[in-house]
Amino acid sequence: MSYRFSVNGDPVEVEVSGMRRLLDVLREDLALTGTKEGCGEGECGACSVLLDGAVVDACLVPICQVDGTSVRTVEGLGTEQQLNDLQAAFLETGGAQCGICTPGMLMAAEAFLAAGGPATDDSIRDAIAGNLCRCTGYTKIVEAIAVAAERRRAAGSDPD
Amino acid sequence: MTRVLPPGTQELLAPDPLVVPAGTRTPGRIANRSPLRREGPAKLTGAAKYADDLVFPGAWYGATIRSTEPHATLLGVELDEAFDWSRVVVVTAADIPGDNVVSLIRDDQPVLVPVGGEIRHQAEALCLLAAADRETLREAKRWVRVRTERLPAVFDPLESTEEISHLEIGRGDLDAGFAEAELVIDGTYRVGHQEQLYIENQAMIAVPQLDGGVSVHGSCQCPYYIHAALKRALQLTDAQAVVVQAETGGGFGGKEDYPSMIALHAALLARKVGRPVRMIYDRHEDLSATTKRHPAVVRHRTGVMRDGRLVAQDIDVVMDGGAYCTLSPVVLSRGVLHAGGPYRCPNVRIRGRSMATHTPPNGAFRGFGAPQTEFAAETQVNRIAEALGMSPLELRRRWAYQEGDETPTGQVLRESVAALDVLEAAADASEFERHAEQTRRAREARQSGARVASGIGMAMGWHGAGFTGSGEVHIASVASVELTAEGTVRVLTAQTEMGQGTKTIFPQLVAGALGLEPDAVEVAPQDTSIVPNSGPTVASRSAMVVGGLIVKAARRLRAEVEAATDRTFGESYRDFVLEHGSLRVDEHFEPYPNVQFDDVTYTGDAYPAFSWACAVARVEVDLDTGEVTVRDVVSADDAGRIIHPVLAEGQVEGGTLQAIGYATIEEIKLVDGRYLNDRLATYLIPTALDAPRLEAILVEKPFSGAPHGAKGIGELPMDVGAPAVVAAIHDAIGIWIHDLPATPERILAAVTGAPAPPPPGLSAPTPERGTT
Amino acid sequence: MPVEPPVSSPRTLPDAYALLAEAPHRPVAGGTDLLVQITGELGEPPERVLDIWHLDELRGIRMEPDALVLGALTTYTEMRRSPLVAEFLPAFAEAAGTIGAAQIQNRGTIGGNVMNASPAGDMLPLLLACDAQLTAGTARGERRIPVREFWPAYRRTALQPTELLLRISIPLAAGRQLRYRKVGTRRAQAISKVVMALAWQIDEERDAAWRDVHLALGSVAPTPIRAHDTEAVLEGAVPSEAVADRAASTLAGEISPIDDVRSSADYRRAVAARVLHRLLRDEGGW
Repeated sequence: MSYRFSVNGDPVEVEVSGMRRLLDVLREDLALTGTKEGCGEGECGACSVLLDGAVVDACLVPICQVDGTSVRTVEGLGTEQQLNDLQAAFLETGGAQCGICTPGMLMAAEAFLAAGGPATDDSIRDAIAGNLCRCTGYTKIVEAIAVAAERRRAAGSDPD
Repeated sequence: MTRVLPPGTQELLAPDPLVVPAGTRTPGRIANRSPLRREGPAKLTGAAKYADDLVFPGAWYGATIRSTEPHATLLGVELDEAFDWSRVVVVTAADIPGDNVVSLIRDDQPVLVPVGGEIRHQAEALCLLAAADRETLREAKRWVRVRTERLPAVFDPLESTEEISHLEIGRGDLDAGFAEAELVIDGTYRVGHQEQLYIENQAMIAVPQLDGGVSVHGSCQCPYYIHAALKRALQLTDAQAVVVQAETGGGFGGKEDYPSMIALHAALLARKVGRPVRMIYDRHEDLSATTKRHPAVVRHRTGVMRDGRLVAQDIDVVMDGGAYCTLSPVVLSRGVLHAGGPYRCPNVRIRGRSMATHTPPNGAFRGFGAPQTEFAAETQVNRIAEALGMSPLELRRRWAYQEGDETPTGQVLRESVAALDVLEAAADASEFERHAEQTRRAREARQSGARVASGIGMAMGWHGAGFTGSGEVHIASVASVELTAEGTVRVLTAQTEMGQGTKTIFPQLVAGALGLEPDAVEVAPQDTSIVPNSGPTVASRSAMVVGGLIVKAARRLRAEVEAATDRTFGESYRDFVLEHGSLRVDEHFEPYPNVQFDDVTYTGDAYPAFSWACAVARVEVDLDTGEVTVRDVVSADDAGRIIHPVLAEGQVEGGTLQAIGYATIEEIKLVDGRYLNDRLATYLIPTALDAPRLEAILVEKPFSGAPHGAKGIGELPMDVGAPAVVAAIHDAIGIWIHDLPATPERILAAVTGAPAPPPPGLSAPTPERGTT
Repeated sequence: MPVEPPVSSPRTLPDAYALLAEAPHRPVAGGTDLLVQITGELGEPPERVLDIWHLDELRGIRMEPDALVLGALTTYTEMRRSPLVAEFLPAFAEAAGTIGAAQIQNRGTIGGNVMNASPAGDMLPLLLACDAQLTAGTARGERRIPVREFWPAYRRTALQPTELLLRISIPLAAGRQLRYRKVGTRRAQAISKVVMALAWQIDEERDAAWRDVHLALGSVAPTPIRAHDTEAVLEGAVPSEAVADRAASTLAGEISPIDDVRSSADYRRAVAARVLHRLLRDEGGW
């Protein structure tokens, strides 16, 4: 069957079985390998993407439910030459070590930042509770998200 | 304490984010500006290619048929005729051209169990399948018939009669020591398995080469281990076996030796299929079949004087190696060498043995034997402090090693001893004594019906940097710095980046030695056809040993270029290349001066230097449920000269959280020698909501034997987190938990006086036939 | 390796009913249970899947006289954000916040929790404590099933293979108190070891004695259960230390938890009793 949706703003059409996981469509059919598979059971969050703005585990979403939606992945945030503010914050604080959890973590953080609530230690940790990291202990990840939140807030209130 | 932004955020909002924030506790760091992670942008944008991201056109998929019994004779592997096998390639032990051995320390582990051979653990690899697509492969797996004859299985290392290795170290007169002692304290401590839980599953892709060789690409820590294993089992020459590390999503020791197995499997299939074969584990297979931390039973008998003097230590360590030797002798060795804790004791005996059981072989995991024995040592010390009515801080002040003290192997700690420094730094930063007084008063005032209890606990540890004893001499590392024909500077080592930052600190070190900016120094890929064998990325050796080699190589390169051009390196190196061509300096490992170790008697300098750590943890225990919330942990860690504070903090923070998990929720239960926790829904590691606030304090006691003064930091934090948590639990509720993990089930049973859960790390017996 | 069974994605309820009437289908809502089970390692994958995600008739949270009605496709995030839930059933929002984490809450549905029929389903004790009514439909019409009849056996529901769960109606009793407790291994992404919901009314005429007590638990039996013996201890009683002691010990005797990978029968039994005791102490105010 044919499914049409957008990925990072680009329209996409795939001809695949409806129960094919969004994760596999992204990685194999669209060659967007930034989204990772860590467990295939919705526990680790490495496959997190935004589906109509909501962070979800792509390993649990069948493509038949993606028809007509807008998907955002890590590839849509920035480029190596031009990181977005959240990615830059991760780079500065040391929020990425081995990097395998990072794409999913960034998407969960983006969803959190987009929701616009206060960026406290507790609210940030709650927002990324579905993203397991084994390397960092989460400390510098939380720092990075707080820095990005503050920068976005400051940019938002910038009179320019 | 309420806080709107996490600590340190304010500094990071300063205009120049490259400067390490003022007030960071790292005096004397090498460079004031720490470079950003070299491969950071690639990782942050999804551009970094991990094994499963790599594309090899025409590749087939591989799968493994595994044993479902812990101990059996393999009578046969048959392919049911109901399935069309023409679409599938099958590999058995009979297809192995060389030795059917996963080459490591001892030749006991087969690549595949041969027909007629002995299955020695659940999930042991019996045969391999490959097909062009995964649906065919999944179907095919169902039609493989394995015939076995079951044999009796041994699961308890204390009952096993098959010893893998043993070791004894000691000094002084134990009997005299105990005769003198005014108080003798006994303790038995048990720790269970722990899974490394790298978020990227094991993965290898093998590509057959025209010369009859094979190249393997995948997730690993030690490309040259795999190289040796491929040569042995596939009868390949040095050039025919090529190992290329892909971006690796975590290792922690779990990708030290196991990748050789999966690489061999992929390679055997690739050679038979004649195409690349992808062997990518899913989480269930990874959890079921790969190595774990060794469970251990550690018994302490300690003699002390009532005034607090330590006079005798008798320690017995039994480790469960699982079914094969793998790295057990070295894990046991490190465990034994650290088992007494960082304390001065005149009469010591430490004995250890690693025993085989019919469970999957255990292997390397951050700390490598030391977290097990240091958990026991520190809990024993904390119990002794309680028995003596002394503060655990005060007792450690008296006992901690100082410069000039001698260890159980007779090593004189001549320099770089920071035990007291980390102790005071952690106690100070955590306000240990103030909080301990508070918790003491709260405990005394506690009414029945209280909801929670708070506690604070401390633990100290040490960790020898580099390989034990003459290990570094045997490895004979070679690392190189090259001035390439293109006029660039390139570092060539086999050290694998897995997040700890080798790709950032190696250019930083070399640039520092050459007077360049780090961005001007490249890092060659970890490809065995390109880089020399600088040894494995384990044992906290990469910064100290290999970092030391490349600093020396860079200095020699600089001297040579400056002598030829009579200008500084930075000004002249490109001209040098135009005139003289490329220049490569290979630095061979040379033993550290005055470091001597006798492998036979196991005496002397076990490590060139030790790193030191102290952790203080604060917990809350829910008195209704026994659940433990770890609120915060301060960890003071000395690793000699700190090369990169942000990366070093990352090691402390990450290692501490792994230790917290080890202490609290990371539990593996076994039945019939099989792990019950074989999915991520059942093997649990801390989420961001479970993680405590972590404060890393970096302390520097440089090591003069290394040209840059650095020691190792990767494993050190793992040694102290768990006993600090257990001590805090005791401070809260007055109960010593001797078994890890200190689960709510253990804690509540101890609180209510109910029967304790079974000991950790031991398989429940084989169920009766006919029942589940 | 994930399996990809054939799936139909009806856009209307009649289309969905027609497909179900034709052949057995396994419905998929947010996928947080089914997609985990579909690898085939946890049992046979379904032959045929019915994707109900596009059935807007199954969405929405609305008020009816004396009841809050949740469409079967109501996600945990929707429950957490709903002003109606916040006002009338805050314990439901609290429970939804303990399930998984953001990713799971954005996709998991209350209908899925009900139909998955796990003894550990986190929302299920709340439904039992509130005497919820579940509405199932086929082409021939709808029927209401009281929640206490909904899970007749381990992982089984009262629905026929041709029926679809449409909505859940939660009666709102004026003055009813509702509390929720979950004990899991970690603070997010944890299947419960014990999960409990307690509902009661205060009888002002009888010195604030408790009445209409409903105590429901998960993870302590093959299905979510009501603890009737324990309810009897609390019914008509004014909470006190003695009442709490008796209720706790009755509960310990009434439930039949097991040892499993997550926890032990002993622990579950002890903790269920202790958590109830604490709850009664918190609410009873003695």
